[in-house]
Amino acid sequence: MTAPPEVLPATGAASVAWLLFAIPAVSALVLFLAGKRANAWGHVLGVGSVLASFLLGVVIFVQALGVAPDQRTTELSLYSWISSGTLNVDFGLRIDPLSLTFVLLITGVGSLIHIYSVGYMAPHASGHGADADAHAEPSSDSSRRRFFAQLNLFVAAMLVLVLGNNFVLLYLGWEGVGLASYLLIGFYQDRPSAATAAKKAFLMNRVGDVGLALAIFLIWLNLGTLQYTEVFARIGELSGGTILAITLLLLLGACGKSGQFPLQSWLPDAMEGPTPVSALIHAATMVTAGVYLIARTNPIYDLTPTGRVVVALIGVVTLLIGAIIGCAYDDIKKVLAYSTVSQIGYMILAVGLGPAGYALGIFHLLTHGFFKAGLFLGAGSVMHAMNDDVNMRNFGGLGRKMPITFVTFGLGYLALIGFPFLSGYFSKDAIIEAAFGQEGWQGWVYGITATLAAGLTAFYMTRLMIMTFFGEERWRNLKAPDGEDYHPHESSPVMTGPMIVLAIGSVFAGFVLSAVGLNQWLAPSLGELQESPDGALPHALVPWLVLACSALGVLVAYLVVGRRPTPVQRPEPVSFPVQAARRDLYANAFNETVIERPGIWLTRALVFLDNRGVDGLVNGLAAGLGGGSARLRRLQTGFVRSYALSMLGGSVFVVAALLAVRFA
Amino acid sequence: MSPTNYLLLSALLFTVGAIGVLVRRNAIVVFMCIELMLNAVNLSLVTFARMNGQLDGQVMAFFVMVVAAAEVVVGLAIIMSIFRTRRSSSVDDANLLKY
Amino acid sequence: MSALASEPMMTSVLAQAASTGGDAGVGEAIVFWILGPVSLASAIGMVLARNAVHSALFLAQTMIALAVFYLMQQAPFLGFVQIIVYTGAVMMLFLFVLMLVGRDSSDSVVEVLRGQRVAAVLLGLAFALLLVAGVGRTMFEVPSVGLGIAASNGNLPGIGRLVFTDYLLPFELTSALLITAALGAIVLGFAQKKPKAKLGQRATVVARLRGEHARVSPLPGPGVYATANSVAVPALLPDGSIARESLSEIIEGHEVEELPRPPADAHALTDGRPGVSEGTAVRTTVGEEDRT
Repeated sequence: MTAPPEVLPATGAASVAWLLFAIPAVSALVLFLAGKRANAWGHVLGVGSVLASFLLGVVIFVQALGVAPDQRTTELSLYSWISSGTLNVDFGLRIDPLSLTFVLLITGVGSLIHIYSVGYMAPHASGHGADADAHAEPSSDSSRRRFFAQLNLFVAAMLVLVLGNNFVLLYLGWEGVGLASYLLIGFYQDRPSAATAAKKAFLMNRVGDVGLALAIFLIWLNLGTLQYTEVFARIGELSGGTILAITLLLLLGACGKSGQFPLQSWLPDAMEGPTPVSALIHAATMVTAGVYLIARTNPIYDLTPTGRVVVALIGVVTLLIGAIIGCAYDDIKKVLAYSTVSQIGYMILAVGLGPAGYALGIFHLLTHGFFKAGLFLGAGSVMHAMNDDVNMRNFGGLGRKMPITFVTFGLGYLALIGFPFLSGYFSKDAIIEAAFGQEGWQGWVYGITATLAAGLTAFYMTRLMIMTFFGEERWRNLKAPDGEDYHPHESSPVMTGPMIVLAIGSVFAGFVLSAVGLNQWLAPSLGELQESPDGALPHALVPWLVLACSALGVLVAYLVVGRRPTPVQRPEPVSFPVQAARRDLYANAFNETVIERPGIWLTRALVFLDNRGVDGLVNGLAAGLGGGSARLRRLQTGFVRSYALSMLGGSVFVVAALLAVRFA
Repeated sequence: MSPTNYLLLSALLFTVGAIGVLVRRNAIVVFMCIELMLNAVNLSLVTFARMNGQLDGQVMAFFVMVVAAAEVVVGLAIIMSIFRTRRSSSVDDANLLKY
Repeated sequence: MSALASEPMMTSVLAQAASTGGDAGVGEAIVFWILGPVSLASAIGMVLARNAVHSALFLAQTMIALAVFYLMQQAPFLGFVQIIVYTGAVMMLFLFVLMLVGRDSSDSVVEVLRGQRVAAVLLGLAFALLLVAGVGRTMFEVPSVGLGIAASNGNLPGIGRLVFTDYLLPFELTSALLITAALGAIVLGFAQKKPKAKLGQRATVVARLRGEHARVSPLPGPGVYATANSVAVPALLPDGSIARESLSEIIEGHEVEELPRPPADAHALTDGRPGVSEGTAVRTTVGEEDRT
C-alpha cells in the first residue's frame, strides 16, 4: 500500500470548484421557482448550466494535468458546515484525480444527454412523435422545464457526492441523487406504473442508505471524524472486525445505489422514467455511485481481504444474474437495464479485487458510461420512432429506416460485447484478466463467471440488435399501442448529435484512456495499480478466451434469433430457465415472499394488537367506566327522600365507625 | 335518676324525627320532623349544660332556636312558592333534578 | 325590670321539681317518666298522623313537654322561649302555611319509592340503637355537676353575660341571619304577576286582525239593557238565538237556572206579537195601551 499523497489547498481554477455544483443547483432552483415564466427558456438554461459546469471541469482538469502527480490531490474548505460538540464537519471539496474523472464524466455525458433531452422532451406540437412518451402525457413546455429542473438537480447532487471531502457531504449528495432519481423515475406522474417504480426505487435505495448511514455512524463513533484524509490516515487503528463491519455496511449502501444483488430489482423498473434519465442516471452516472464509494474508501477496503471477497462475490453474482435475465426480456429498455446491472457487477467485481482492480473498475465505469449512455439514447431514438413502443418483437428491420441510430447503436453494441479495440475490449478484458489473476478458488470462480457472462452479454445484445435493426419489418402489419400506424423515422439532429459523440466515445475511449495512462492518472487517489500475477490462467490467454466466448454468444444468437423469424407474440410456454429469467430469477417474488408478506402480516398483527389489545384495554376501561356511570346514574332519582336516606345510612356508618373505634 | 336519661330520650326523638323526614311526603310535615330533630338536639344540649355545670350549652341551644326560626321562615316561603307553581306540597313531585 | 325581678321567684318554684345538684331528684324523675313517654309518643304520632294538622298538634305537644324538661334542667329561659317562640310562634306559622297550601295535606298511603319505608325504619332503628348504646355505655358513668355555681347569679343573667361576651360575634351574626331570612321570605312569598306590555289602540287592533287574540271583536255585552236588569241575562244574536259568549262563565254557572226563560225569538219583543212570553207580552201590551 502506497503512502497517501500530500493534500494541498486548492489553487487557481480549483478554488472556484464549488461553482461546479453551484451552477446546476442554482439553475435547478430557478427552474423550480420561476414556474411558467421559464417555460420558453428553461431548457436553454438547463443545458447551459451543465455545459458551463463541464467547461469549468475541463479547466480544472487541465490545470491538474499541469502539476506533478503528487500535487494533484487538493482540498478546498468552503465553510464550517456542522459544528456540534465533537462533531465538526466542514463543507469542503476534495479535488483529486478520482473526483475530477467523475466530474468530467458527469458533466460531459450529462451535457450530451441534456442536449439530447431538448429534442426528446420537446413539446408535442413541434412535430410528429417529437415526444416518444406523448401518448402518456402530452409533453409541454411546463413538463420539459420540470424535467430539466430535476435533471439539473441530479447533476448538482451527483457533483456534491463526488466532490465532497467527507462522508457527510457524500451522504448529502447520495440522498440528493436518490431524490432526483425518485422524481425522474416518477416523472410521468399520471402513470401508476411510474409512480410504483419510483416508490420501489426509493424504498430499495433506503435499505442501502441505512447501510451507508450506519457505516458513517460507525466511523464517527470509532474515529471521531468524518474527513476522508483523517479517516483514511487513522483507519488502521481500528480492529479488524470493526473495519469489516464498516466495509460491509458501505457495500450495502453501494448495493442499494448501484442495483447490486440483492437490491438489484429496482433498477429495471426505473426504466419507467424518460429515456434520457435512464441513460444519464440509471446507466452512466448515479448507479455507478456505489463503485465510486468503494473506490473512494479504498484505504478501508485495503485493510480487509474478507470484505473485498464479499464485494467481489456480490459483483460476480450480480453480473451473472444481470446477464441471464437480460437474455429473456423483450423490452428494449429492460434488456439494457439488466445489461447495466451486469456491467456494474463487473465494476464491483473489479473494485472488490483490491489494488489490482480499483483503477480497472473506474476505467470500465468510464467506458461503460459512454457506450451505455449511447445505447440508451439509441433506444430512446428507436422508441421515439416507434411511438414509444419498447417491445422488440414489434420492431425489426429498423436499420434502413434510421441509419444514424443504427450505426451509433451498433458501435455501442460492439463496444459493450468487447469487440477488439473498442472501449469494452480494453476495460472488460482487463477486469477479467485481473479476476483470473486472483489466487486459489477466487481466480477460477471470478474469472470463469465473468467470462461466461461476457458470452451471455454478447448473446443478449446480439439478440437485441437482430430483433431491432435486422430481419423482417414486423411493425408494418401492426398497430402501435396508441392505436396508430408505425412511422419509423430518423430523429432530429439535436438527438443524433449526442448519439454520434457518444458513439465516438464508445469506439475510442478505451484505447485513448489506456493509451494516455488512466491508471497513472488515478494513482494519487487509488494507489498504484498492481499488475495482477498470472493466476488461474496466463494473461495472454484470457483475451482470446473472452473473445471466443463472445463470438460464441454472437453465433448462438444469430442461430437462434437471426435465422428464424421472430414471433410477434411471446412464445409460451417456455423452458424453466427462460421462465425464471423472464421473472427476474424470482427476485421480486423472493422479495415479496420473504420481506413484503411477513411485513404485511407483522403490520396487520400489530394493528390488530393495537386495536384489540392496547386500544381495547383503554377503550374497554372507558366503556366500562361509561357503562358503570350510566348505571350508577340511576341512583340519582331526583327524590329528596332517597338522598336523605343515603345520608342517614352514611350517618349510621360514621357513628358505628366512631363507636367501634372508641370501644373496640 | 341520672340526667343521662334525657340524652336517651333525645336520641330517640331525633331518630323518630329522622324517620319522619324519610317517610313523610308532605313538605310541611317533613319540616315539622326537622324541627323535632332540632328540638331533640336542644334537649341534649341543655342536658349537657347541666351535666357540665356550664351555661354554654344553653347558649348553644338558644342559637339553635334562632337559626331554626330563620330556617322555618325561609323554608316555609320556599314551600309556598313551590306550591304556587306546582300546586303540590309533596316533596316527591319536585324531582326534575335527576339523571 | 319587673321580668328580671320576677325571675328568681320562678326558678325557685321550678327548683321544687328539679334538684339544684347534678342528679335528678325523685320529683324530677316522676315528671320525666310521665312526660318522657308522652313526648316520645307524640313524636311518633306526628310521624304517623295522616292529617298534617294532627301532626302539627302532636309536635306542639312534644315541644311543650320538652319545655318542661328545660325548666326542670335549670334552663328556665330556654323553657319559656321554647313555649313562647317555638310552640307559640313557629308552630302557628306552620299552621298558617298548612291552611294556605296544605288543604290536601293528607298523604296517600302508597309509598312510591320502593323499600323507602322499610329502609328508613331499619336504618332509624339502627341509628337509635347505636346512639343509645353509645350514650348509655359512657354517659351513665359521667358525674353530673349541676349548674349551681354557673347560674349563681340567676339563669338569665348568666346567659346574657355569655351571649354578650363570649358569644358576641355569633350573636351579631344571628341578627344578620334573621334579617336575611326575613328578606328572603318576603322575596319568595311575594307573588307578583308580570305586568303585561301596554299596547296602544292601534297596536291592539293590528294584533287582533293578525289573529293574535281569540276573536277579532270584543265579547258581546250581556243583554242587560235589552230585557232585564241583570248581567245574567244573555244578549241575543241577530237571528234571535242566545249569544252564550255574552255571559260570564261564573255567573252562568250560578244563575242560568234562575233566569226566566229567554224569548226564543228576539223579534217578538220589538214586534209585540203576543203569546211568545207571558210576562213581557203583558208588559208590552200595557205600554201600548198607555200610549193609545
